[in-house]
Amino acid sequence: MAGEPLPTSTPPSGRTSREPSRARATAVASRYARYARLLRTQIRASLLLGLQYRADFVLDATVNVFWTGAAILPLVIVFQSRASIAGWSFGEALMVTGWFTFLEGVLDGAINPSVADVVDHVRKGTLDFVLLKPADAQFLVSTTRLQPWRATNVLSAVAIFAWGFHLLGRAPTPGAVGLATLSMLAAVAVLYSLKTLAVSAAFYFVRVDNLTHLFDSVFDAARWPSNIFRGVVSVVFTFVIPLALMTTYPAEALLGSLPIRSLFGALGGAVVALTLSRAVWNRAIAHYTSAGG
Amino acid sequence: MSLRNTVRAFPTLLRVGFADAVAYRAEMLIWVLATTMPLVMLALWSTVAREAPVGRYGQAQFTAYFLATFVVRQITGSWVFYDINFAVRNGTLAMRLLRPVHPLWAYAAEALAAMPMRIVVSLPVAIVAWFVVGWAGMTHDPFLWAVWLVSIAGSWMITLLVNLLIGCAAFFLESSLKVMDAWLVAFFVFSGYLIPIDLFPPRLRAAVEWLPFRFQIGFPVEVVTGAHDRGAALALLAGQWAWVAAGLAATALVWRAGLRRFAAYGG
Repeated sequence: MAGEPLPTSTPPSGRTSREPSRARATAVASRYARYARLLRTQIRASLLLGLQYRADFVLDATVNVFWTGAAILPLVIVFQSRASIAGWSFGEALMVTGWFTFLEGVLDGAINPSVADVVDHVRKGTLDFVLLKPADAQFLVSTTRLQPWRATNVLSAVAIFAWGFHLLGRAPTPGAVGLATLSMLAAVAVLYSLKTLAVSAAFYFVRVDNLTHLFDSVFDAARWPSNIFRGVVSVVFTFVIPLALMTTYPAEALLGSLPIRSLFGALGGAVVALTLSRAVWNRAIAHYTSAGG
Repeated sequence: MSLRNTVRAFPTLLRVGFADAVAYRAEMLIWVLATTMPLVMLALWSTVAREAPVGRYGQAQFTAYFLATFVVRQITGSWVFYDINFAVRNGTLAMRLLRPVHPLWAYAAEALAAMPMRIVVSLPVAIVAWFVVGWAGMTHDPFLWAVWLVSIAGSWMITLLVNLLIGCAAFFLESSLKVMDAWLVAFFVFSGYLIPIDLFPPRLRAAVEWLPFRFQIGFPVEVVTGAHDRGAALALLAGQWAWVAAGLAATALVWRAGLRRFAAYGG
């Protein structure tokens, strides 16, 4: 990477608006290409790192299967006594569980490890080394610690969907799958933004591993359809941590019952969340004074 | 590492541990808030029980059950395995080995010293529980309350021993955090933390009653909510302490075997 020019946080062409737009487009494109290459490198490094701890991998996979089973057992027991709860049948509730499993894979495989990393960096003052690197710091910390093994969660999720649709006696329409994917993208974006906000708190409070733990424990409630919850709990889950948006919307989309308005709401929320978290991250970085080892 | 040394040092260890718990009280509060799972499950089961009770549980019984679950988990919780893992991996365990007190005793003291703080933070929930549920949802028998106290001690012991055991597994695995993850999954499902044990399908329930998890949460909660009469409670108490004894033996063994492998990296 030595031969590359030192990048600034905004492309140089952004400063003067009179410059030909084609030059700017090329600059943006080469920037994207560079980051795509960087992402590839990061994933390869993560893979190699993961291969180092094979015992962990085997255990990890086992825990994954365990977790999926654990996610379903309460559901099975709850639905033992009722055919439907808050308007959800067992098969429909499985869609929520499926998306939860998927999202948990994203959380544990891509988001949480980097969060732990940043918190560590901030505490030890080694974030300097990340900031010094000629690439966007948020991009770097978000991609350094990927755990490709978590892809097993995707398989589990697909298996759960298959089971659910088998119970419902139908298959999802291609349109529903498309909408569900869109809605899942929004969910991942919101999840990532929330985590970025939590990480930004690390610059002010130093010890926030607990904060992320708190988040994870609340996130666990997302394995249930959101309208099961009422009162204070439901307010928290809608506005503070939008669990409904994360698993219930995609599940409804997959079932073909998500109002299109909700989908747009989710996408809009995702854009707002991403913008906000980016701004907060930048502020937090500016606040960073390096703990000095 | 004589017993006399340990006994002499114990009050000091407790004081240090208590100071530690107080110093990190904000952190502790977050840990408390993080154990909201019983409340989530309460909301869930309440919805289910709104139309008709599930088994012997109506809405009031679920409220009593899960608030008690929250309190029991708060009081008996322990995360010592994390510290041990850390100490083994970065070699600081060597420092602890140099002290004239057995490290496991020191860890136990730390866990015990956090108890007052844990009780303080779970007190509000206990009070709320009392207001919401009243005496109706709890046992009236003072004998059963006495059993409850002993069962809480047993539950704390099992949790601590599991922590020590899994912490010691770090000697063999470099990091046993994943082992704890696996344990926690089983714990959440089979301890009665998410689902009262008596709602399990009969065959699964028979198996779960033999496992240690139930004695960590479900058993004390069942005692205090009046699910067992005196005889049954005592029988279960015996089962619980049998697990405590097994845990003590296993921890002693694993510690001894593990220590032989320990090479303080860095230090």
